[in-house]
Amino acid sequence: MADAKVIPFDDDRSRGSRGAGSRRRGSSAESAPVGDGPGGEVQPLPVRGAAAGDPAPGPDGPSGDPPAAESGGGEDGGLERRVAAGLSFLRRRLTGDYEVDDFGYDAELTDQVLMSLLRPVYEKYFRVEVKGVENIPARGGALIVANHSGTLPLDGLMMQVAVHDHHPADRHLRLLAADLVFVLPVVNELARKLGHTLACAEDAERLLAQGELVGVMPEGFKGIGKPFGERYKLQRFGRGGFVSTALRQGVPIVPCSIVGAEEIYPMIGNSKTLARLLGFPYFPLTPTFPWLGPLGAVPLPTKWTIQFGEPIPTDGYAPEAAEDPVLMFNLTDQVREQIQHTLYKLLVQRRSVFF
Amino acid sequence: MGKVVLVTGVARQLGGRFVRRVQRDPDVERVVGVDAVAPEHHLGGAEFVQADIRQSAIGRVLAETRADTVVHLDVTGTPLGSGSRTSVKETNVIGTMQLLGACQKSPTVRRLVVKSSTNVYGSAPRDPAVCTETTAPKSLPSGGFAKDAVEVEGYVRGFARRRPDVSVTVLRFANILGPAADTPLASYFGLPVLPTVFGYDPRLQFVHEDDVIEVLRVCADEPRRGTLNSGTFNIAGDGVLLLSQCSRRLGRPTVPLLLPAVTWAGSLVRTLGMTDFSPEQIRLLTHGRAVDTTQMRETLGFRPKYSTAGAFADFARGRAGLLPPEALAGAVDRIAQLSLRGSGHLPTQSAN
Repeated sequence: MADAKVIPFDDDRSRGSRGAGSRRRGSSAESAPVGDGPGGEVQPLPVRGAAAGDPAPGPDGPSGDPPAAESGGGEDGGLERRVAAGLSFLRRRLTGDYEVDDFGYDAELTDQVLMSLLRPVYEKYFRVEVKGVENIPARGGALIVANHSGTLPLDGLMMQVAVHDHHPADRHLRLLAADLVFVLPVVNELARKLGHTLACAEDAERLLAQGELVGVMPEGFKGIGKPFGERYKLQRFGRGGFVSTALRQGVPIVPCSIVGAEEIYPMIGNSKTLARLLGFPYFPLTPTFPWLGPLGAVPLPTKWTIQFGEPIPTDGYAPEAAEDPVLMFNLTDQVREQIQHTLYKLLVQRRSVFF
Repeated sequence: MGKVVLVTGVARQLGGRFVRRVQRDPDVERVVGVDAVAPEHHLGGAEFVQADIRQSAIGRVLAETRADTVVHLDVTGTPLGSGSRTSVKETNVIGTMQLLGACQKSPTVRRLVVKSSTNVYGSAPRDPAVCTETTAPKSLPSGGFAKDAVEVEGYVRGFARRRPDVSVTVLRFANILGPAADTPLASYFGLPVLPTVFGYDPRLQFVHEDDVIEVLRVCADEPRRGTLNSGTFNIAGDGVLLLSQCSRRLGRPTVPLLLPAVTWAGSLVRTLGMTDFSPEQIRLLTHGRAVDTTQMRETLGFRPKYSTAGAFADFARGRAGLLPPEALAGAVDRIAQLSLRGSGHLPTQSAN
């Protein structure tokens, strides 16, 4: 079995249009077994596929997909095209001939490089399962509101990959990030290029008015830096500013529940002194960090589920509704409860933290 | 009766260009240029009065010429020739106060146009990504030209309150670039190797000199139908460029330095008096800034001819650095050709 050549059938089902991605994996998976399909939860390590050029369906792989033709027959032409595409990409990058928007979002770099770096983490490490992606509107602005957890904001990045790779209309999620992100060197540069911007009403409204998909995690540091014992308990949703932003722009609110991120760094303690010293809102102490040094900073390979819920429309309200605090609190609670409810439901369905 | 336009700061390139342009306007009867030093360039037949706007003599000039439109361009970040930062600050702040005082006493002034800068928004990581005219900066500029501009705008607002009959326009220009630009940023882009701040890639916005002249002319004139040319407007070209893009389009390599090192080096060269690389300049090159130009388009009715990228391209023409983009593109193309030629045996390898 060691020298068997493998073509990933199952991965193409989820991302049918991503020919390049599947080809890339097709060539790299020649000796390594393929991970998992979008449906299966536990994947047997042995290879599920067939030799190159032999279009036999896998054990539970869906038949009728054309991946074999793509990775077998189109290999020589594909490689050439890939080299040419790579070189023209390199050429554009070297000469500065690419576009960024007013927020510094570099769509080309995100699509070609940054997403390819995040995708292995998303697919192979956390094995993210996405549900309800059809609840995200195909066109126009929408505000995706999600729970926040995991000490480091990996959940936001995974949500971005989920929308990027699974949404049929190829939408890009523009995340709103804490100001700390834009203070830190390197992090701020990458965040801007990934299309993130500062979590403030001005930026959110500008993006929504442009018809962008905006992602926000209203729990903020309270959610991401909460101790392990309080996992999956939603914190206060700020002052509900996201609701008034959505109301003012008349865009739907899509609640999103992320399960799995809570356990990547089980935060059993918080060194307030170190946090104050470094200027961070919290300094996590986990069973491995900082005791094992950089090795302790490797997240636990939990199995994630991201569920996008039914959109809550906001266009039926009068224009002055955005200034009505009672309505604001009610809508905030509605969104919060929907996310919390879905979290509990997903937790009940979950078989194990790691599978 | 035609218009009489008084322009300050004509000894600079921008002021000189504006005087020459407005001189050709058929409605304008007389153009008076004012500056403390005589300009080296010609003023296209306009009158030149050598007067320091920091002195009260400017009041006499205003009264004698009976100017009805005052265009105040002497708000700048760099000294002309050999001047110090102190004299620049005095010209900016005291000069503006004197000029406004003279305008307040003058019965003929009907229109005032003041050149300001988007520097007034500062540059901070906690500011919104795109500033509108009403955005209040989280941290006010602590010094340098940005603080001058904030103070100048404050005095201009006070003047507008005291003389509601005068139409007052404040134009906040993004970084002005052009073939003859003499701004600090232009001299920065003239360095053979660009020092940058490690881990930051600021967004920059530019406006072309031609557009600056044009928008000044629009504001010095009566408003066109359906537009309003009094108030405060951001003036910038469309879009933004990242500093990394600028350096690549210019073909100049960058040297990323750590932020503390940059701040320290900046203060060192300032102490030595080599250049006026101010802290606010470093902040701009760290965090960047972008402004919203909806008001410029919709209220002022002005559409810049050059986008940010276009203005930069015009500036970069003939200033290619050590790594010209054309050469890099040519090198990549040659590799592409080589790989195409070599691809005859490549597929057999990959298909194994």
